[in-house]
Order: sequence, then C-alpha cells, then structure tokens
Amino acid sequence: MTVGKLSGTEFFAPVVITEPNREIDGVYIGDLLSWVMGRASSGNAWITIMSNVNILAVASLADTACIILAENVALEQDVIETAKQKNINIISSPVGMYETAVMLSTLL
Amino acid sequence: MSEVLNFHFDVDHEDFTSAGQASVQVKKNLRQLGLPPEIIRRVSIAMYEGEINMVIHAGGGTADVNVTEDYIEIILKDHGPGIKDIDQAMQEGFSTATDTIRSLGFGAGMGLPNMKRYTDYMTVQSVVGEGTDITMRVNIN
Repeated sequence: MTVGKLSGTEFFAPVVITEPNREIDGVYIGDLLSWVMGRASSGNAWITIMSNVNILAVASLADTACIILAENVALEQDVIETAKQKNINIISSPVGMYETAVMLSTLL
Repeated sequence: MSEVLNFHFDVDHEDFTSAGQASVQVKKNLRQLGLPPEIIRRVSIAMYEGEINMVIHAGGGTADVNVTEDYIEIILKDHGPGIKDIDQAMQEGFSTATDTIRSLGFGAGMGLPNMKRYTDYMTVQSVVGEGTDITMRVNIN
C-alpha cells in the first residue's frame, strides 16, 4: 500500500504528505532514535510517539516510507514546515502504537 | 571517477535540535553522484550517529567525507573529553548521555555500534582530555 492511500483511510490522518506514491513494505516501532536507525528497513512505516525535529533526520537517513505518530501526538509548526522541506511523509494515528500496528497489519 | 571528492563540514555544538544537517547534506550529495541507495543509506546513518555523538559529547567537531572509486570514507574529529574505555563504548546499550539527551530519543547506547554495523571498516582513536578521531569506510563494490 502507498503512503497516500494509507493516509486517506478513515483511521489515519495525513499530517505532511510530500511523496504519496511511496510504497510501504513493512513496519517498525520504536522511540529510541539510534535503535530505529539501526533496525528499521528502508521503506518501513515507522510508528513512534517522539515528536522533536530529530525524527525528521532519522526518517530521512533511514529512508523510511513514512512516520506514523501514535496517540494523536502533535508536531510543532516548525517541525511540520521542516518535514515539508525535507520531503518526509507523516501520518497521525488516534490510538497507541500496538493498536496502530494491528490496524496496519489488516491494511498492508 | 578517478579523483577523490571531498565534502567538509563543521559540526556545530549549539545546533543540537537540528543536528544531522551534515549527514542529510551528504546523503543529497551522494545521491547526485548516482551511488546505490543502500550505500548512501549506510554512509548517512553512520555519519549521523557520529555527528550526534560529537554534538552530545564533544561540543562539536569536523566531518570530512571522501568519495573514491572504491569506497566512501568518513573522518570525524573532535576535541571533546575523549573516550575512556573504547571497548565498553562499543557495546550496545552503553551510554553516558544525560537524561535530557535521552528524553529527545538519543542515548540508547547504539551510536558507535551502529557506526560499526553500517560500515566495512572503522577505527576509533581517542585520548582522554584531548579528543576523538574516527575513520569509517563503506566499500562501494
């Protein structure tokens, strides 16, 4: 499934979508940034509750398909602007990381 | 591509919240050179970890990236406090980062292990009180 399609489902909400055609080929969950960079695969949807600007660098360098912010975690406006500049897809989920992953397993 | 291409960066210690800019720039430069995506991913992750380490622990430093025909080399130099026990620092999970750093999602003790994991060659030279020099290489073929 593509990021654009996922963000258009009823469950999820788009926050920043700059590359809607990016294909999601797996999921990684984690909040420790180095851990995520070491373990997430290119093309993964990355579920996290971290919201500081460093998540953008991690998503960019690890080449994840999108960040999924669980628990309706909100981003500061400057983080949103930076994500747009750096072409980082970000989707919001209203529920926790586990429930988000369960939902993804039914959709992907 | 017979000559060596060099990219030099000063890693600013005051720029903590947006640290990683040099790595993101390197990623862009390597993309423009048309290198394979997985090579670019490995180089930029290893460099980001090094960059973050210099910002967190050493008050900044310098990063040089050399692109040769056979490999990409990353040389990181800082004048920070140095690493007392390199073997211990190389262990996954070992970290001396503060709680503030950890609250930002860093300090998992994965920085140096990730640098080793993603590169084909890595040396760490460190003198307590003087600083740390790290050289990493990722083979292109």
